[in-house]
Amino acid sequence: MGEKAAIGIEVRKLYKIFGPNAADMVARVEAGMTKTELNEKHGHVLGLRDINISMPAGGIQVIMGLSGSGKSTLIRHINRLIDPTSGEVVVGGDDVVKMNPDQLREFRRHQTAMVFQKFALLPHRNVLENTVYGLEVQGVDRDAQVKSATMWLERVGLKGFEKKYPNQLSGGMQQRVGLARALANDAPILLMDEAFSALDPLIRVDMQTILLDLQKDIRKTIVFITHDLDEALRLGDRIAILRDGNMVQQGTGQEIVMTPADGYIESFVEHVNRGKVIRVETVMQPGASTEGLAPIAATALLEDAAKQLIAGNAARLAVTDPSGRPLGTVDMAAITRGMFPVQAA
Amino acid sequence: MEWLTKFPTMDTGALRDLRKGIDESFRGFTRAWGDTFEWFFEPLRVFLIQAERLMLNTPWPIVLLVIGLIAWFASRSWKITAFAVVSLIAIGWFGMWEDTMRTISMIFVCTVVAIAVGIPVGILMARSNRMQAVVNPVLDVMQTMPSFVYLIPVVMLLGIGRVPGVIAVVIYAIPPIIRLTNLGIRMVDKDVLEAADAFGSSSWQKLKNVQMPLALPTIMAGINQTIMMALAMVVIAAMIGVQGLGQPVLQAINNQYFSIGMFNGFAIVCIAIIFDRVSQAYGRRLQKHLEIVHG
Repeated sequence: MGEKAAIGIEVRKLYKIFGPNAADMVARVEAGMTKTELNEKHGHVLGLRDINISMPAGGIQVIMGLSGSGKSTLIRHINRLIDPTSGEVVVGGDDVVKMNPDQLREFRRHQTAMVFQKFALLPHRNVLENTVYGLEVQGVDRDAQVKSATMWLERVGLKGFEKKYPNQLSGGMQQRVGLARALANDAPILLMDEAFSALDPLIRVDMQTILLDLQKDIRKTIVFITHDLDEALRLGDRIAILRDGNMVQQGTGQEIVMTPADGYIESFVEHVNRGKVIRVETVMQPGASTEGLAPIAATALLEDAAKQLIAGNAARLAVTDPSGRPLGTVDMAAITRGMFPVQAA
Repeated sequence: MEWLTKFPTMDTGALRDLRKGIDESFRGFTRAWGDTFEWFFEPLRVFLIQAERLMLNTPWPIVLLVIGLIAWFASRSWKITAFAVVSLIAIGWFGMWEDTMRTISMIFVCTVVAIAVGIPVGILMARSNRMQAVVNPVLDVMQTMPSFVYLIPVVMLLGIGRVPGVIAVVIYAIPPIIRLTNLGIRMVDKDVLEAADAFGSSSWQKLKNVQMPLALPTIMAGINQTIMMALAMVVIAAMIGVQGLGQPVLQAINNQYFSIGMFNGFAIVCIAIIFDRVSQAYGRRLQKHLEIVHG
């Protein structure tokens, strides 16, 4: 098992082209051939084009895009369920692309764990036996397997369901088993491929809460794939947006909402409830005098700041960092500007 | 205009020489390798004799009890268990106990051989498309070639007796188990396989933990088919000296004893129904957790 220091993931110049002569097509794509051209002239499908992401250790990196954008292809490159056509995927100093089959198997056993959109539980095994799967494959002894699995099942709220079979559980509960199975593996990297997309909206929010609570303790490097911007903004420390195999924008949720890179992202972002996403620190006037003002946390959302202003019948609030030090001030006009972006008229 | 009305054939002499050549070379092969083949199949002969001895030497109440217990534990159904016990009692009462025990032991050995050979072949087929492309036509030939035709070389090599009988039965009965093992493994959900890969399973771990358990209900259907086809061969196997319920049927044909034929025929039917219902019920129980209840 060894130490569990979080490790980062560097994806560099990653290309994925589907087709019989994929390797020969890279040069054409590098030279600027579009996805449509490549398909029409050469019958190859462009999966990913020149992807570069640096995913920080111990954070949640969301990769967002609509279906066909290549996001599920991208996450499968991290544990090499899909081989890239060219490029590097460096995890903790090792290039996954260069590993031989034995190294790759060891890497998958100890460095990564994965949660799947369709749960992918073993239907003939009960909940406990599903949860121990990763440890069983590693060859950990049975007592340790059961101890770890029982602990994680309890953490995801499935205590008492150990003897049930997957087909006796609801979708939300099945995905908790999927999550417990991945966590029991005790790997520093957690790959979540649209893990909550198949769930009902309410259960999805529940699962997001469970994940965020767990992440406070486990501090793993989580790669989370989703097509849902609200989910991306809620979970992601950093968000990368893919479109047709191209990386369109990377940044924090605040950056993406406040300064969308192009019209495509703008159209995504315009339906977001900005009051529930943007933080006070993003719109505050830094350094202004905070004398005699009621404090508000820098990470508070605009909506809460607005409510506090109205309730306190105040003109301004003092924005403070976690230690209580004043950073600046915010007033209703700044909040309103944050909530309703001004289009160039 | 003779060439239009009469199909042009090979020269009669050439045809005769060709047949003679093939026959003689096979006869030579038989003389040279007959002993080797007999030596190779010796373990099978010992297995057959031991199985038959076990069935015949065990007191009938114990055999009845054991079959009843197997039927109960495999099917968990009172109806199937009661049918098995009652029909065996009737078979014994009509004086066919010994022949039935011989037939059951022969079917048992054939099934074991078919499983031992068929499942590994099925697994290999599932792993490689090339293997599938080679084995499938062979299976087609095995299933459609009249069994009398391959009885000839088997008898030439090994003479008359139990072993060639079992080989003939296995050739006839093994295709379903191979085909359904292949099919069962190929039908395993790709998402579950991907998950097994993502956790770093070796190919043996994937086979043992994912593919075989998920293919098992399909493989059970193959075993069921194999048993049924083996039972269908009982009378043909009797023609080359396999003892059991087939021999009285052959005698009945030769002497036109309608009643003997009927009794033994019904005994075969009863055994077939017992095997079929028990193995199917077992297969259904295996599937209990494989169905998707919730989306």
